[in-house]
Amino acid sequence: MSVLIFAELDEGKLKKSSQEAIFYGAKVAEMLGTSATALIAGAANDTELASAGRFGATKVLHATDARLNEPNGMAYATVVAAAAQQEGSKVIVLAKSSLADAMTARLAGKLKAGLAANVVELPDISNGFVVKSSIYTGKAFAFNSLKADVKILAIKKNTITPEESDASASVEAFTPLLNEADFAVLVKNTEKSSGDILLPEADFVVSAGRGLKGPENWSIVEDLAKALHAATACSKPVSDLDWRPHSEHVGQTGLKISPNLYIACGISGAIQHLAGVNSSKVIVVINKDADAPFFKSADYGIVGDVFDVLPRLTKAVQAL
Amino acid sequence: MKILVCVTSVPDTTTKITFTDNNTKLNKAGVTFITGPYDDYALARAVELKEKTGATITVLNVGEADSEPVIRKCLAIGADDAIRVNAEPTDAYFVAEQIAAIAKENNYDLILMGRESIDYNGGQVHGIVGEMLGIPSISPVMLLDLDGDTAKITREIEGGKESLEAKLPLVLGCQEPIAEWKIPNMRGIMTARTKPLKVVEPTATDKLSAVASYELPAPRGAVKMIPADAAETLIQLLHTEAKVI
Repeated sequence: MSVLIFAELDEGKLKKSSQEAIFYGAKVAEMLGTSATALIAGAANDTELASAGRFGATKVLHATDARLNEPNGMAYATVVAAAAQQEGSKVIVLAKSSLADAMTARLAGKLKAGLAANVVELPDISNGFVVKSSIYTGKAFAFNSLKADVKILAIKKNTITPEESDASASVEAFTPLLNEADFAVLVKNTEKSSGDILLPEADFVVSAGRGLKGPENWSIVEDLAKALHAATACSKPVSDLDWRPHSEHVGQTGLKISPNLYIACGISGAIQHLAGVNSSKVIVVINKDADAPFFKSADYGIVGDVFDVLPRLTKAVQAL
Repeated sequence: MKILVCVTSVPDTTTKITFTDNNTKLNKAGVTFITGPYDDYALARAVELKEKTGATITVLNVGEADSEPVIRKCLAIGADDAIRVNAEPTDAYFVAEQIAAIAKENNYDLILMGRESIDYNGGQVHGIVGEMLGIPSISPVMLLDLDGDTAKITREIEGGKESLEAKLPLVLGCQEPIAEWKIPNMRGIMTARTKPLKVVEPTATDKLSAVASYELPAPRGAVKMIPADAAETLIQLLHTEAKVI
């Protein structure tokens, strides 16, 4: 009956978004009078696995099949379905991510589950099972009543702030049968920037647009990002012009992010860009055009030249 | 080669969303409906594949009668025929079931759609359809090329991309830069009027979720402007006032 949380690792460490998912799952378990179990796949040491307990999981199921080292949503769906069956779980919680998105859809198909994506609050179980989700690319919310026996909640970043205890989870090996058909897609090559802060995971994001005038000027963005331990992002024109990789594009047709702090440099703030970032907690806009529409959606604004302002902000952060 | 392209009819990306009936219905007054931007990428790539290797393209929409202008536009862009499943598309599993039922009858080599609809943003339908048909699903697909019955695909992952290879049939959720959006020409618009558009009723299934009500986000407070010559103050404010750093 336990609430099952699908938690992910990044380079052997529990992802921050997964810590949130575990804490959220543990809160749901508390509401339902049951416990929280986290399913974690991939190589990690026992201390790291047991640290799921700090966020409220009492048990960790650890799957170590080497084939799970590839982010294969179909194979992961088979594993999570097996874990849900073993635990008798009726509620499955996970944090939205590239792998989780691929896994969740297959899982919903397997379990005929009611699915809520982009969940932003704890469920209301006073009358059925109602969850609040972000829809219309951040422009509205829906209160979605999940009617299926099994429910899957994919939570958006910054839905809940985890409180840590010093508890530790018990760790059990989990070795479900994998399904050969799940490996029909061959991975020929992976290009991934390593060591950088993953954009969907980042608490702080420094983003820039055409106001930077060219890709050769990105060092001032990267310097501020580095000082803040922030990820870098960009607007659609910048990604279309190939100044920056598409994986950095935030907006209506790119990534939707909800960091604690979003700093937009030289981005005018078209409604399509806002759609990707409007659920950020604090928005800072720096633009030399005082009429840039983005200022209307910002918490703090500076009308100024990014080439002058950004280096000064970097110094001020370093001096903190 | 038979390609099925599933499209959504959604409010234009510039729409200011509001609700009516005590926040239980989208206020459609004055709203322009468009093909989902991601679905448009899927359709554009299907048309390119058709031009290159020959294929028939069927457009499928799960939606009510008011989505027919969007379907006609897809026909004008280059789809050969269309099917509309006459139902309100509010639940991903329900929509996937309609698509899977039609796919089972027709044996498509490729089922393409956007990575997500821009109304509910679930991004789940392609995966559920893949599961129902027992074939692989891949999303978000940035590049798609065919070599016989093998698809060569580039998919976006966090912080990068993956090159994949898989045998058809496949279900793919698409995004830029898979193709350039296409604008229908006059000849396309004329011929679209006479291309077949079949309306079918949904296979009876339960909806696993239902929206009880909607809500708009609370407006942000007024922006606090900081003079450029005192830019450093911003960092102090973020630290002591907003307390985010």
